[in-house]
Amino acid sequence: MLLSMQDISKAFSGVAALRSASLSIAEGEVMALVGQNGAGKSTLIKILTGAYQRDTGLIRLEGEDVVFATPGQSQARGIATIYQEINLAPQRSVAENIYLSREPKTRFGLLDRRAMRDGAAAVLKTFNLDIDVDLPVAHFSAATRQMIAIARAVTQKARLVIMDEPTSSLDEREVAILFQTIRTLKKNGVAVLFIGHRLDELYEICDRVTIMRDGQTVAESAMADMPKMELVRHMLGKELAAFEAIARDGGSEAKPVRLLADGVGSGVRVRDVSLTVREGEISGLAGLLGSGRTETARILFGVDRLQSGAIRVDGRERDYNEPADAIADGIGLVSEDRKIDGIIPDMSIRENMTLALLPKLKKAGIVDRARQQEIVTHYIKALGVKCASPDQPIKELSGGNQQKVLLARWLCTDPRILIIDEPTRGIDIGAKAEILKLLRRLADEGLSVLMISSELEELLAAADHVTVLSDGRSVAALKRNELSETALLAAMAHQVN
Amino acid sequence: MTTIDTSAAPERAARPNVVRFLSRYGTFAAFVALLLFNIAVTPNFLSWQTLNVNLTQVATIVIVAVGMTLVIATGGIDLSVGSLMAIAGAAAPMIFMGKLLPIDNMGVLIILSFILPVLLAMAFGWFNGFLVARLSIQPIVATLVLFIAGRGLAQVATNGNLQVFKNPDFQFIAMGRIAGIPAQVIIMIVVVALAYCLVRYSVIGRQIIAVGGNEKAARLTGVPVRRVKTFVYVVSGALAGVAGLIVVARNSASDANLVGLGMELDAIAAVAVGGSLLTGGRANIIGTVLGAFVIQLVRYTLLANGVPDAAALIVKAGLIIVAVFIQQRADKV
Amino acid sequence: MLKTLSRLFIPKSSGDYARLGVLLALAGLILFGALRYDNFLSQFNILSFLRYNSMFALIALGMAFVIITGGIDLSVGAVAAMSSVVAAYLSPYGWLPGLAGGMAAGLVAGAINGVIVTRLRIQPFIATLAMMLAAYGTALLLANNQSVSVSYDTGFTTIGQDDFLGFPIPAWIAAFVYVLGWVFLERLPTGRHVLAIGDGEATANLMGLKVERTLFAVYALSGLLAGLAGVILASQFGAGQPTEGVGWELFAIASVVVGGTLLTGGSGSVGATLAGALLLAMVFNILNFENGLGWISLSAYWQSVIRGAFLLIVVVLQARLMKKTEAP
Repeated sequence: MLLSMQDISKAFSGVAALRSASLSIAEGEVMALVGQNGAGKSTLIKILTGAYQRDTGLIRLEGEDVVFATPGQSQARGIATIYQEINLAPQRSVAENIYLSREPKTRFGLLDRRAMRDGAAAVLKTFNLDIDVDLPVAHFSAATRQMIAIARAVTQKARLVIMDEPTSSLDEREVAILFQTIRTLKKNGVAVLFIGHRLDELYEICDRVTIMRDGQTVAESAMADMPKMELVRHMLGKELAAFEAIARDGGSEAKPVRLLADGVGSGVRVRDVSLTVREGEISGLAGLLGSGRTETARILFGVDRLQSGAIRVDGRERDYNEPADAIADGIGLVSEDRKIDGIIPDMSIRENMTLALLPKLKKAGIVDRARQQEIVTHYIKALGVKCASPDQPIKELSGGNQQKVLLARWLCTDPRILIIDEPTRGIDIGAKAEILKLLRRLADEGLSVLMISSELEELLAAADHVTVLSDGRSVAALKRNELSETALLAAMAHQVN
Repeated sequence: MTTIDTSAAPERAARPNVVRFLSRYGTFAAFVALLLFNIAVTPNFLSWQTLNVNLTQVATIVIVAVGMTLVIATGGIDLSVGSLMAIAGAAAPMIFMGKLLPIDNMGVLIILSFILPVLLAMAFGWFNGFLVARLSIQPIVATLVLFIAGRGLAQVATNGNLQVFKNPDFQFIAMGRIAGIPAQVIIMIVVVALAYCLVRYSVIGRQIIAVGGNEKAARLTGVPVRRVKTFVYVVSGALAGVAGLIVVARNSASDANLVGLGMELDAIAAVAVGGSLLTGGRANIIGTVLGAFVIQLVRYTLLANGVPDAAALIVKAGLIIVAVFIQQRADKV
Repeated sequence: MLKTLSRLFIPKSSGDYARLGVLLALAGLILFGALRYDNFLSQFNILSFLRYNSMFALIALGMAFVIITGGIDLSVGAVAAMSSVVAAYLSPYGWLPGLAGGMAAGLVAGAINGVIVTRLRIQPFIATLAMMLAAYGTALLLANNQSVSVSYDTGFTTIGQDDFLGFPIPAWIAAFVYVLGWVFLERLPTGRHVLAIGDGEATANLMGLKVERTLFAVYALSGLLAGLAGVILASQFGAGQPTEGVGWELFAIASVVVGGTLLTGGSGSVGATLAGALLLAMVFNILNFENGLGWISLSAYWQSVIRGAFLLIVVVLQARLMKKTEAP
């Protein structure tokens, strides 16, 4: 065994991120590491590379107990990481990037540029890559850059290469090249830890798979012995009994279509997505991590530009420049990452809640404080936001209460369409049910909801129908009576059906 | 599903922190300490004369610093304020001395000499905003252009000559008094009050804070980010223009080489000492006023006690570093 | 060598284009001047051009290194002024104490900048803006608000005023420093690390580079070169000048940017910085000649307007280039 991590636990200010997780990789083996957001994959990797320190557990490398205090130390022991945003200096040449921090020198301490150039070309050649190593890295495609990063790892005598979602920005041809590279690594006895979520790719390139959920390793087996369905089931887990079903059976098909996406595409993340949201229904949008759910929402809301296909809102074709245009059409978006895209941390609850409404709240440019107060008080009460006062900074609230404030931010604008991305992410179980019920109530009052979720139980409990995405394409549209755990899993696991 | 974002708040509240205390009350404490020190040590400190000198000297800094506060609140910076002061200061005498416009009516000329220079400064401010908001050029670099070229334009327009004048009507903004209070102090108070209300009560004011606090989230909430950014640079330009008029009126002369020289530093220093984070998301107008007063008082204290002006520069430099450091630390804790 | 030459004429990156552009512009200006004015290529004009502009070239080089890391040093002009005063005071003890003292003063100021930027994590422009104030304050205090005469007996004035092998000594100094700078940036690992840090500090850290130490060294170096420029200033004009240096930082920034260095860091070349500095200086040289012809009379004040315009054009072009490279 090249590497074995056993019983690794790690908590951040009292909240457990890893609970007795384990991982082991043999020489020349390609190991898949899969799990949902928050399953603990990245924490485990960071402990391995020395970016974080474990609380308990054991790491053995080549049979020897090791402790890495910094990323530098793990690198020195032959552990190299290829991050999603490839960590190379984009304006420096290929040869320099391969040798940066370990440059070959001449007798006088000057750079040995010939040795760098020749060495770089030689190592790239082993990956069948024949490029001008004097060109800046930014000159090349994502796939080539990735290979340059791998070549860097190889020249640094890496024994284990960790690849964090390496295919997420590659097209099919580039993926093939990358896999060829991985096979070359394997042949040379280098182990690869492959973090990914496109199942077909995992089955193509990986020997074994480790599945994580809720900070634990829940399964480890040879890839061949793990059917797709089984793998997805392990990843998603289930607390299906947690929510009472609040979806409606049919009845909404007759209602007018509010939002229609027809073959929507933009970049490599979203290629061909079609979906509908009718008046007064909760339309679910499902798919594994990286299937293009959030990116689809961004296009519908005018954050990213539509490149192909069409969007219709109330029957009229729309191509938004800016979110402000979508908002003017009565659309709201509660985004997935509250911290980055949602809250203005230092501003009060009152202001965060009324930010979108602000232009309509003015009298001669001045905020109508009385009406603002009225609205805020109403929603704090209606949604049950627990806070000391409306003037408390939003960053001091718990996740669930922040989410309610962000929900209220749109509700107070009286929207007709609400896109909500991972409505219950990072919220405790009681608040989850509460938020889902709230969405149901709003839909009953006529609001059209597009609910993006990676949690099966949520979709099963609340969605009237579900569109399933895989690899940037909508691959299934399941009606309420067709919805079941098995049907969803099957649609998510298979790329095409 | 695990999250780590819930537990930060209680811990923060529980830990008494010197840095946080300093960031909140440090400026006020420094202000009071300076007052007490002067009352005890500086001869004749408690006199109308002293108050007058300090108020008139601080007025222009405060006016410019208010604009700078708004720019910094969006996460930007405006290095061109000093140069815009020089431009406005050069334009006004040229107008009322009849060099620019074929108008004979002195009253009209005086009014125009107030309005046109400020409009000119606003136009340059809009240019800054255009570079920052539309072309996405870093604010430091974008405003560096006018920082260099702006003063040059003023110098070219006046051929680098000193424009000396005596025009009581125009100079009322610096020399005049209303109810015994110097006109420039009144302008300062009005500007501060307006800016305070703008930030606290107006829609665009809140949008300014939102853009600086989290630009991505602001855009996703429909805040017109570009328009908001352009707005603050226009305001900063306008206020710099007003300050330029006051300075030349006070000196009875306009010297394009000197008007507003180093003002960007004083303004940034006032904002930093006043407790607005230089990375944006906060606009503490009253803090900025206090900051400007602290800087002015430090200088006055040193000068009144025989310390040379040059030493005051060094003290100011130290003050800026300490203030920025404390703000950054307090934000991190 | 052939490869370098071919690179010059067959640009591969946006930086190459910018470098080629500045060289062509410089050549064009020289040609223009040579054809238009009688004394443009006279020995006197060339030598005084080099003598005077060497100071600016030195400061531009230090600034180039700082900007390559993604920072900025607004204090160079004030530090040069302060160093000129220190050098003037030490000149009676010999040319070497004058030279060393002035450079040491610059080095100390640069090192303080480095500490404030890397240790206190204060943005470079704030840190160096404060240093600008502090250095002017120190210069004025030391000099008692007036210029300080240097000693003419110890050979100190040789540094700025005399020639060696037919060329001004300041030009020799600048040439020597530029050669060192070129070797450093192009041929030494640490120089390449400076470039890599400007490309992204976090990445550089992950790649195992010593980011803090390198940044500190770059600010210290910028101070040191500003100090050297201050020594030449004092020596050339026979006095330490506490009020000189205003706007020098802008000249340096403009030179660096015109030389094709991105203000966002990560790219830049020593040769192009020199070309940028010479280009800007040449514009003013030509302006002087043009005024001498008497056709037009552009005041010296046009200098800063032209500088600003240059900066604007380059910055807008850079912004457009950046946008293009961002879009895949």
